[in-house]
Amino acid sequence: MTTLRHMGYMALRDLRALWRQPWYVVATLVQPVIWLLLFGELFKRVADLPGFAHESYIAYLAPGVVIMSALFSSGWSGMATIEDIDRGVTDRLLVSPVSRGAIIAGRVTQSAVVIVIQSVIMIGLALAVGASFPGGVVGVLVLILVSALLGAGFAALSNSLALVTRQEESLIGAVTLVVLPLTFLSTALMTADLLPGWMHTVAKYNPVNWAIEAGRSATAANPDWGMIAGYTALLAAGLVLASTLATQAFRAYQRSV
Amino acid sequence: MKTSVDHAIEAADLVKTYPGDVRALDGLSLSVPAGTIFALLGPNGAGKSTTVRILTTLSRADTSTARVAGHDVVSRAGAVRHVIGCVGQRSGGDREATGRENVRLQGQLHGLRGRDLAARVDELLAQIGLEEAADRLVRTYSGGMQRRLDIAMALVHRPQVLFLDEPTTGLDPEVRMDMWREIERLTREQGLTILLTTHYLDEADRLASELAIVDRGRVVAGGAPERLKAELRGDAINVELAFAANGAVQQALSPVPGIRELVVEGTSLRARADEGARAVPLVLGALEAGGIDVASVTVARPSLDDVYLRHTGRSFEEAER
Repeated sequence: MTTLRHMGYMALRDLRALWRQPWYVVATLVQPVIWLLLFGELFKRVADLPGFAHESYIAYLAPGVVIMSALFSSGWSGMATIEDIDRGVTDRLLVSPVSRGAIIAGRVTQSAVVIVIQSVIMIGLALAVGASFPGGVVGVLVLILVSALLGAGFAALSNSLALVTRQEESLIGAVTLVVLPLTFLSTALMTADLLPGWMHTVAKYNPVNWAIEAGRSATAANPDWGMIAGYTALLAAGLVLASTLATQAFRAYQRSV
Repeated sequence: MKTSVDHAIEAADLVKTYPGDVRALDGLSLSVPAGTIFALLGPNGAGKSTTVRILTTLSRADTSTARVAGHDVVSRAGAVRHVIGCVGQRSGGDREATGRENVRLQGQLHGLRGRDLAARVDELLAQIGLEEAADRLVRTYSGGMQRRLDIAMALVHRPQVLFLDEPTTGLDPEVRMDMWREIERLTREQGLTILLTTHYLDEADRLASELAIVDRGRVVAGGAPERLKAELRGDAINVELAFAANGAVQQALSPVPGIRELVVEGTSLRARADEGARAVPLVLGALEAGGIDVASVTVARPSLDDVYLRHTGRSFEEAER
């Protein structure tokens, strides 16, 4: 009970900071927007490829770009933790009765809220440029849910890394290194049937792909609810695992101070 | 509430090494009586902050442990965190929040809620003189204001033991004086035990009822500042005589106990005594009885710098380099 309350306090702290600097929400959206608008336009004719079973490329691309935006913004979650460490805020929290779990959970919650806002913006933008979501409101809500689950998990990993390395450079390097390959090794840009064999295999184990597959199916005309439920459960499990890892990372941090 | 703890802090033989064979603590021991201000005095890198980090449960000693307010800092870390307040070397305030929000959050984490919390936050902000700035972002605060906010945050849950890790480093002289007054008020009015680390000799001298000189991870000398200074060869007494009277002075002062190293040169008389302030009336009385007129008298106390030099073999300034 106390942990839950503490988690709320910590999330509120981050959300208040976000409320005061709302440009953060927009800043991390720039790249996904470019992908949606330019990439979607550039590869329009992919839809004509034999074996590409979708009518419009932009409609195919949209769920992938929503998930991508979650990935882009959540990776930076650890930056706030590095600033807290540098400012002495982390040390102050660690010698107060707040649990390590609540510190991480608060930050992850903030990240999830940001992702929900960003997903709504991206979905609106996708609709504006001609994408459609036949799955309706329920489908869109599922897309936002898997997007938030994936992003929250990545936020937790980002915080683990922040606590262990305590350097902005390392975090920037890691995020840059990870985000694009994970996107390419998924069905974000190309259908599974058209992916090279090995990529198809790797994609099966890629959490980014789980979120994209679940989100795309949910927003399609005939959702495969069994598959959606399975991937959603996997993503939730991943979030729990990543949060546990981040909570443990405080030990590594405390050993080094 | 524990009230019968004689020693608010007890630590024995703390050892702490960091990767790369850096020995930060090398068998440091200390015990701090409840309700006093205790200073850990030493140059940068002596092990003061490491000690504070261990006592506040942030870090862990390699060997041995410590007790704060009667709780073991390792096995009962949770209990310790409830009864301590801590002002770290770096200001721990969230820059993107207001002063009030910072104090509120700290209170909430300590279990304060509702009206109690609001009242406590208001009271503290008034006490430290941040009422006006309470709803401004901490980002806009001066160094002194941030320090005062740190203290408010550390006190919100009415802790028994307060840790201040170099609370006045980097502050203007006037702000330092303010902080000193604030720290003195806290022990006086609230019976807090304060452990303070500092590398300012004058700060330890002014605030601490007891201090430990830390050098290379060990306590090399400890006790009340006055007693530490008294252990030296005594205070210097300088007397300016109205006229030169060498032989008569020697004779007049020979019955006064505790006077050493008596030197008379012309009208200037120098001597050492264990407690200069007590010796002065005796010296003046003896001179008067011997018919020798005195123009002026001064007593110079040994400084903590002298104490430091004696126990470490280096002057404080040298060690700081």
